[in-house]
Amino acid sequence: MPGVFTVYRWELRKLLAQRRTYLGLGAAAAVPIIFVVALVTGGGQPEDVAFGRYVQETGLAIPLVMLLFGSIWLFPLITALVAGDIISSEDRNATLKMILTRSVERQHVFAGKLLATLTYAVIAIAIAGIVATVAGILASGFNPVTTLSGTVVSAPRGLLLVGASLLVYLLPILAIASIGLLFSAVFRNSGAAIVGTLMFSLLMQLLDIVPGLGGLHPYLLSTQFSSWQGLLRTPVDWEPILRSLWVCGVYAVPALVAAGLVFLRRDVAES
Amino acid sequence: MRDAPPIEIRGLVKRYGRIVAVDDVDLTVNQGDVFGYLGPNGAGKTTSLRMMLGLIRPTEGSVRLFGRDPQVSVRALAGVAGFVEAPTFYPYLSGRTNLELLASLDGGDAASQIEGALETVQLRERAGDKVKGYSHGMKQRLGIASALLRNPRLLLLDEPATGLDPAGMRDMRELIRDLGRQGITVLLSSHLMTEIEELCNRVAIIRRGRVAYEGSLRELRSRAGVSYRLRTTDDALARRVAEAQRGIEEVADGRADGLIFKAADEQAVAALSLALTASGAPILELSPRQATLEDLFFQLTEDGSGAPEATAGVERKTKAAA
Repeated sequence: MPGVFTVYRWELRKLLAQRRTYLGLGAAAAVPIIFVVALVTGGGQPEDVAFGRYVQETGLAIPLVMLLFGSIWLFPLITALVAGDIISSEDRNATLKMILTRSVERQHVFAGKLLATLTYAVIAIAIAGIVATVAGILASGFNPVTTLSGTVVSAPRGLLLVGASLLVYLLPILAIASIGLLFSAVFRNSGAAIVGTLMFSLLMQLLDIVPGLGGLHPYLLSTQFSSWQGLLRTPVDWEPILRSLWVCGVYAVPALVAAGLVFLRRDVAES
Repeated sequence: MRDAPPIEIRGLVKRYGRIVAVDDVDLTVNQGDVFGYLGPNGAGKTTSLRMMLGLIRPTEGSVRLFGRDPQVSVRALAGVAGFVEAPTFYPYLSGRTNLELLASLDGGDAASQIEGALETVQLRERAGDKVKGYSHGMKQRLGIASALLRNPRLLLLDEPATGLDPAGMRDMRELIRDLGRQGITVLLSSHLMTEIEELCNRVAIIRRGRVAYEGSLRELRSRAGVSYRLRTTDDALARRVAEAQRGIEEVADGRADGLIFKAADEQAVAALSLALTASGAPILELSPRQATLEDLFFQLTEDGSGAPEATAGVERKTKAAA
């Protein structure tokens, strides 16, 4: 009997046939390019953000600055664009009744969709990271990086740290993807699911600036978008990264369990 | 297990809040049946079909397909294919790619059936086009093709001819007839008696979520009975003769002129014709008229018709008045 892998393969193929996939991946590639072009033509540098003052000195600072800017809404939006649609698109096309009456179990359909969503999110971040790094190096050179502790690391080691930062950055992205999937299953409407996911992400940032809620700060999803900065200290500060691992799990796992239950238990009927 | 009927439904109920969509339905579809599931729109046909395919959960009761429960696993759908309401596809993929997708989800040799299925529904030329550009009829045919990929022993079709033009309807019926001849058991839902009459050997008539009749079409037809139309030179006299004749019942005025009556058997009709000639009312016309199933269908399903028992002892599943 066909299983998760078959569904996964076809979910990817469906994503490749849809415009929104290219919109998301295109934005992931275009934004760093626009950023670099603005730096080159306009000069100057973003002062109020980590690594902002080094963007003219080394291209490796560019992807790091982009990660911080992108966490406000760009990357959550790119992620939600597909995560919020992956189940609700079946509602829009009323196609669930077709695929659920073949020979794959519902749980396998769900798992295949989940894997495809995560794959898309990983690819989006990879594209953004690679484009930002390449464009940054072309604009500002492949030069050593000054860490947050003030020490200087060589360019090759800096490149490694940028790659590792992208990996750590994936944790909150995958949590956002899980929440998008839940909204996609619950709302059955991709617009609502995408907006809902984005609202959730913005709500986290809002909680972060509410006075008196400072104690929440380490546990907010928005905070996890900067946990990779621990890598850029000497010695490496693993604490925020380890915390990010479980905090993102606390957001993602219940969302996925709920999404799975909703999907498995639902009555498939046109409303 | 091997001898379990293709479909066996017991006490099936689906409630949405206070609305009862399917109300205690029992149904058995046997091997080789082309089974008509007949009822007006909103009678609960599609909801029953969704439960048969495991798409929605019954509130009560059970469905078994070849003895297996589709609520437990899609394994129960092995050898079963079909769709509810209009078949749907990914609009951004071609017809063929949609079939490839569904065949992958079927596993086995389904993929090798694609070209043959496209041929059967005459969609080969357009199979490379995106479904987005398909007409309703083409999607309907693609739906049949997608069902055929599964090499079904049992086919569940929900109003497959809906929205088709007359030629499309004819082709669809021809196709279903062919499939039936090949030994595939078919459950065909419809709101058109004529369609069921043309294709099916057995029928269940459903009304407001309940089965109002289940049995063979022949039996239904015989219950409907044959009536006769009679015109003579003197209808008033003829009426008196007919009413006095043994085996002649329910004599009534015809719609335009003449009389209508029912007869216990053909001998009674023959005897009546002799009696009429002898009494001086020679026959101008005497013809049997099959009571249409359409009439019976309306009697069984129309709101407020109340007592289907009155129509020639038709079964009724109602336990208490609704």
